[in-house]
Amino acid sequence: MATTEEIRADLAEIVEEVAGVDAAQVQLDKSFVDDLDVDSLSMVEVVVAAEEKFDVKIPDDEVKNLKTVGDAVAFIERAQG
Amino acid sequence: MGILDGKRILVAGVTMDSSIGFAVARVAQQEGATVLVSNFGRALSITKRIVNRLPEPAPVIELDVTDQEHLDRLPDLVREHVDGLDGVVHSVAYGNPETLLGGKFLDGPWDDVAQAVQVSAYSLKSLSTACLPLMGGGGSVVGMTFDATVAWPAYDWMGFSKAALESCSRYLARDLGPKGIRVNLVSAGPLKTLAAKAIPGFEELESMWSDRSPLGWDEKDTEPTARAVVAMLSDWFPATTGEIVHVDGGYHAMGA
Repeated sequence: MATTEEIRADLAEIVEEVAGVDAAQVQLDKSFVDDLDVDSLSMVEVVVAAEEKFDVKIPDDEVKNLKTVGDAVAFIERAQG
Repeated sequence: MGILDGKRILVAGVTMDSSIGFAVARVAQQEGATVLVSNFGRALSITKRIVNRLPEPAPVIELDVTDQEHLDRLPDLVREHVDGLDGVVHSVAYGNPETLLGGKFLDGPWDDVAQAVQVSAYSLKSLSTACLPLMGGGGSVVGMTFDATVAWPAYDWMGFSKAALESCSRYLARDLGPKGIRVNLVSAGPLKTLAAKAIPGFEELESMWSDRSPLGWDEKDTEPTARAVVAMLSDWFPATTGEIVHVDGGYHAMGA
């Protein structure tokens, strides 16, 4: 099982690659939209990349609930079960 | 054996795996076709990831249908992968959701309307003529419409653009017929794609659609639409052109 920190670090790499945000900024308390300037199209790509990386399915209806990096990491942890 | 065995198909407009174009690419591959897909701008990088979810690898070509340079170089880019095309799928549309959709019909500014018509309707002509050097007799062009004979809630200037698309396809059918190329549209019911989610108030359409359609309607299932597109690409509609095939659960035929 990946730890919370491992998932956060992998997700941070994806956000950096997709949206050009410094991975070090991608911390659990940061909001994708308000703090990291990840717009809706970039968020779509982050979700696609995260689904591949973590081998999970993130339903469209769920994406709007993933406001912070911590929300996303927690969802991935649960989905990996 | 599939109905597209040996066919080479370009699907323009694949972003997500919920895209109609994605389902068309998948079914076309399952029916034996070699498939290329295209997209443009920032969505291109999503497309490059999402094609890995297709049954077979598919090359991704950058094509902005409003960019003449992109259209001019398209045959060369296609020839890097296949030596010609038997079918072209146009699954491309855009209208500014802030100004043109969701009940702002009376205020839609011309510049945005012009863009919507160029991207969503004129591009069927641009894409078809760009692909002409690659296509021969028996070729098939298929586009996607949303019944433009009536006014809908929320759809507004995109409905206007679809009316232009429907007319465009009839004129293309006239002018490409002598070359043996068919041009048809599939008129699907509302589907929950990335594009549809950007239309404010589109859910209103979805609920009434499943109530009224004699066959019912699942707005999350792109497979019936994709199958119809693949059928139109195949050799099984050899004398059909300028046609609009409804894949809408039968909604269009009901009065109430």
